[in-house]
Amino acid sequence: MLHIADRLYAASRLSHFFRVHNVTISIQNALKGSDLISIADLSRTDLELIIQIAEQLDRELPPDLFKGTILATCFFEPSTRTRLSFEAAMLKGGGSVIGFSDVSSTSTKKGESLPDAIRVIGSYADIIALRHLKEGSARAAADATPKPIINAGDGANQHPTQTLIDLFSILRCQGKIDTLHIAVAGDLKFGRTVHSLCQALAHYSVRLYFISPESLSLPDSAQHELKKKGVKFSFHSSLESVLPKIDVLYMTRIQTERFSTMGELIPNPCLLKKRHLEKVKPNFRILHPLPRVDEIEGLIDPTPYAYYFEQAAHGIPVRAALLALMLGRI
Amino acid sequence: MIEKTLSVSAIKEGTVIDHIAAGNALKIISLLKLSDNETPVTVGLNLKSQSMGLKDLIKVENFCLIPSHGAQIAIFAPQATINVIENYKVAKKFQVQMPEAVHSILACPNARCITQSEPIQTLFIVEENHSSVFLRCRFCEKLFSQDLFHEK
Repeated sequence: MLHIADRLYAASRLSHFFRVHNVTISIQNALKGSDLISIADLSRTDLELIIQIAEQLDRELPPDLFKGTILATCFFEPSTRTRLSFEAAMLKGGGSVIGFSDVSSTSTKKGESLPDAIRVIGSYADIIALRHLKEGSARAAADATPKPIINAGDGANQHPTQTLIDLFSILRCQGKIDTLHIAVAGDLKFGRTVHSLCQALAHYSVRLYFISPESLSLPDSAQHELKKKGVKFSFHSSLESVLPKIDVLYMTRIQTERFSTMGELIPNPCLLKKRHLEKVKPNFRILHPLPRVDEIEGLIDPTPYAYYFEQAAHGIPVRAALLALMLGRI
Repeated sequence: MIEKTLSVSAIKEGTVIDHIAAGNALKIISLLKLSDNETPVTVGLNLKSQSMGLKDLIKVENFCLIPSHGAQIAIFAPQATINVIENYKVAKKFQVQMPEAVHSILACPNARCITQSEPIQTLFIVEENHSSVFLRCRFCEKLFSQDLFHEK
């Protein structure tokens, strides 16, 4: 199975005409038949193509777009938004869904290997969305079947479809990505959405600010990649110091057990209160991959700065766009 | 140079792996499975070296390196030189070449990597940065320095 990056430059590029909402778009679909395992596999051209199609499908999702196709949602780990938005996207487009959301109902309990399970499921479905506890599981699954695999989260490694939603949301609420000042706060060490987002934003001309407890700061490898791409970034110990400078704040959840030392809790510098928003820019928006616990005060929800629920709703057009491109339906 | 090479013990026919960064000789012996047969192997640890300060050295009698061996050695000893010995003399000398990727022979140090729990062949992409060698797991995408690795 070729991965998306390999496909992009494949000689067999085909032009397709995609008509929706009385607008005809000519696209070069290099994603047809590819896997989406890591955001690192995607070029800026790929990212922009997916966002462009998501914009169209958000306006109108043709009810027969996925007619005759089957999506298998194989969730070896629990999920709410990711699985349901994949399934909703497929069903809205007239496709069918099979799958499971509980590992105890699968043959894994009998000792079946992941490659064997995926090989079999690949003979039942046209495309597979996989979430698994182990890092690298999606890549291993892609090796086991010729059907396209979408990584819906592999341990603490990657969650590329969340990143696509994040980019779509930034573009939707700001009208652009280049030149933005974006802060990322919370668990920067273990948060897979943070690592994927940094990789994607490295394709753009952005200024990044990182806020976290010292013990959960961005890993050296992620910093190294940003430096290689020439992205300017800085580290900060509190939200208040950066809020007036930024256009987007990307909040993530910190698991309490991760920032305790010798049983003593270190103060969490990433708790956003309504009173912190007095000096923010008018275009300032808050994103969060959800679920949140206490890192964003509920009083912020009704303000124009809260964009996280709209962000979650973007899961359907973005995942529909990805399904359509990978299935070659546009 | 020959005098230095022979400082541990002379061999009539075989291979001398020289200029191994101190502390890596035993890893290379393990990786090349040199202790699995009856071939005599002589090891020098923490030998004085003008260019490296301290170095390790391995002499293997009646043993001829193949290209894949050179690639494996390069991961743990990028500065290593290979001396082919014939009749007590260095008949051929060359430096190891860093491979682009390492297949199957190394285990991923990441305990949460899928290759730790499933029957999957490992693959690492070699990345060099400021003369340091790093390996990126194709599966979990983590980047590791070579000193974290052990054979699979």
